[in-house]
Amino acid sequence: MKRRTFVKGAAAVSLAAVAASGREAKALPRQASSASVLEGREFFLHIDYAPVNFTGKEAVATAINGQVPGPTLVWQEGETVTIHVTNHLKKSSSIHWHGIILPAPMDGVPGISYDGIAPGETFTYQFKVRQHGTFWYHSHSGYQEQTGMYGAIVIKPKRKEPFAYDRDYTIVLSDWSDEKPTSIYRKLKLSSDYYNYNRRTVGDFFSEVGKKGFTKAFSDRKMWNTMRMSDRDLSDVTGYTYTYLMHGNTPATQFKALFKRGQKIRLRFINGAAMSIFDVRIPGLKMTVVAADGNHVKPVTVDEFRIGVAETYDVIVEPKSQRAYAIFAQSIERSGYALGSLTPSADKLAKAPKMDKPQPLTMSDMGMDMAKAGSKGMKMPMKPYRWKAMEAQKYPVTPLPMATGPQSTMKAMSPKYRLEDPGVGLRNNGRRVLTYADLKNRYTTRHAKKPDREIVLHLTGNMERYMWSINGIKYADAEPLLFHYGERLRITFINDTMMNHPMHLHGMWSDLETGDDSHLVRKHTVLVQPGSKISYRVTVDAKGAWAYHCHLLYHMAGMFRKVVVV
Amino acid sequence: MKTLLKRTLPVLAAGMVLTQQLWSAGADDPLRATLIMDKFEVLDNSEKSREWEGSFYVGYDLDKLYVYSQGAATSEGLEWSQNEFVYSHAIAPFWDIQAGIAYDKNADASKTWAELAIAGLAPYFFETRAALLLNSDGNVGLRLEAEYEALLTQKLILTPSLEADFYTKEDPELGIGSGLSDLEAGLRLRYEFVREFAPYIGVTWEKTFGTTRDYNPVDETSFLVGVRFWF
Repeated sequence: MKRRTFVKGAAAVSLAAVAASGREAKALPRQASSASVLEGREFFLHIDYAPVNFTGKEAVATAINGQVPGPTLVWQEGETVTIHVTNHLKKSSSIHWHGIILPAPMDGVPGISYDGIAPGETFTYQFKVRQHGTFWYHSHSGYQEQTGMYGAIVIKPKRKEPFAYDRDYTIVLSDWSDEKPTSIYRKLKLSSDYYNYNRRTVGDFFSEVGKKGFTKAFSDRKMWNTMRMSDRDLSDVTGYTYTYLMHGNTPATQFKALFKRGQKIRLRFINGAAMSIFDVRIPGLKMTVVAADGNHVKPVTVDEFRIGVAETYDVIVEPKSQRAYAIFAQSIERSGYALGSLTPSADKLAKAPKMDKPQPLTMSDMGMDMAKAGSKGMKMPMKPYRWKAMEAQKYPVTPLPMATGPQSTMKAMSPKYRLEDPGVGLRNNGRRVLTYADLKNRYTTRHAKKPDREIVLHLTGNMERYMWSINGIKYADAEPLLFHYGERLRITFINDTMMNHPMHLHGMWSDLETGDDSHLVRKHTVLVQPGSKISYRVTVDAKGAWAYHCHLLYHMAGMFRKVVVV
Repeated sequence: MKTLLKRTLPVLAAGMVLTQQLWSAGADDPLRATLIMDKFEVLDNSEKSREWEGSFYVGYDLDKLYVYSQGAATSEGLEWSQNEFVYSHAIAPFWDIQAGIAYDKNADASKTWAELAIAGLAPYFFETRAALLLNSDGNVGLRLEAEYEALLTQKLILTPSLEADFYTKEDPELGIGSGLSDLEAGLRLRYEFVREFAPYIGVTWEKTFGTTRDYNPVDETSFLVGVRFWF
């Protein structure tokens, strides 16, 4: 091997063993170029091109300190961190600290927080760390995130956490393609189902005819056909071009997390993918979710959870037997998976379980009234009364500009709060799947101010033309959203598209309504299901200009707003 | 033609400037160009005709410049071709309106038309296009096309298609009569090795009607083999 650093999936033990609170976990042996751990108050990050090989073919990544993912940064709550970021690329670059509460000029969004980092320049970020938990960082310039610019942030808490564990691993999930991102985007623009190899076939229709007769099968298809919508449109970019990575490891080389029997293992999952929503499980183990987007939640034990792009979940697992367990993260459209092993020894690897069959979208994903549509497609425990309180909340609504036209195809006729819907692909799968309804803040939010006003944002798009927007207006044509400093704002999303959109508000927390106002769960990224409605509250406590957008990289340019806090 | 360019170039230029402004994400609406050759085939008829049908466009989400071309050639040279150059503007989620010129050419003659068309995806996923033509002789033409893609598997795709041409006046030079002039139905089965490259086999039935039959009596079914490609 040449002297240059190869960021290869083959790096044997890429253990991001982070010092656990209270008891220092031993830093395990680590080979060069797997994601390392940097801890302290001052950091030096170098953005540069680096050769990688995830697919058997050499490609060039935009890497941080020569690593994909970049080094895991370990901070201490209450300290001030200084991060010097040098851009060795030929293009402007940036680093955004995702979910970190900081002054606007430190947020790292070119064109909003600052001008970006010019080639050859060093930008020094400095801010006080006012939170703890699992977060991440990534480039906010062009498509650099797709080509490797992302890494984990672990912030050690000032006070002891309300749960115990012996080992602590950080797991960044991501998607890699040897194709250039601009080429992926061009293909989507030319033919939006380019990467979808799960389209409806004639056979699918005839098997439905066989099941329910021609008339019923035909009439069930009517809505989709007249609206020119596909119930198989689950993800725009798939395993056709993506290799899914678990902390920089391919399913062949596998990420490895070591355990000793009887130990409690904390796994910090971060979805650092450009476009891939993952469904994560560890067959044979229950996972206790203890934090979402860095914030403690009331522990909830599940078999599986969906992690939208940019979300983070901390879980605790207790392996009972001395075998290798598969850490299995299948992409939402089931075209591939990221894989790792939770294993007693690095040479013992787990086998991947079989991927689930992809489920088609239902009428409810189209925002249709299920009762009116008369479909029996979604058999799940719907308890609409639970959300009546949320429906009933009335605050003064600030009207926002709304446009219709070629850029948006559909309108959710009857969008519903679907917090206890695990989402397409996870419904009725026989496993206990985490839903947003399960997420409750560990601490009371009873004293939080009631919202002063509300805004409604429709997530809009045209899949056929591959255009994305908010309220039918793309970012380039939109006025900034005005938030008032000191107010408590309720934001309701209505998803008028057939896709999940992970919506990320910079600079301020999104306190998600999950059915219990006394325990609003604190998030930075909220996955909005197709055809659904969801609400959260924001305490507007950060002056300046902020980005607010869908975190799917190829939706972002259009489905984006600048927020100005005045 | 000049005015058309005068109108479209500023639109294209403005689009390029807009895409430059967005740098916190990739370019939202980058300029793109593509050549799609839907049909590139040899027919098993008496003339062993080689036929093509394709389009090229350059533009943005909502505004594009299109060149459409279709025709047939035999060993004796060009038999016929229909070519269009239009500016295409999106007016509805699935529909574009198009305006420009059409240029028909056969072995002996050629004719230029002014053209107005509507193209898009109709309910039930029918890819359709209707073009209204007008030439200096006062002849009005209407050309209709519809196509459907039925997936037998993810890569094996059956495409029925239908084309019909109508004219208000007879044109001896182009060899067309008034009324329904020509009807063509096709069925093509392609295998997409990759999206961009798909060889196919098929069958096409073509019939001429009315006075068009006096110039060009056609009523034949031909098998064909071809390749669909784009880049």
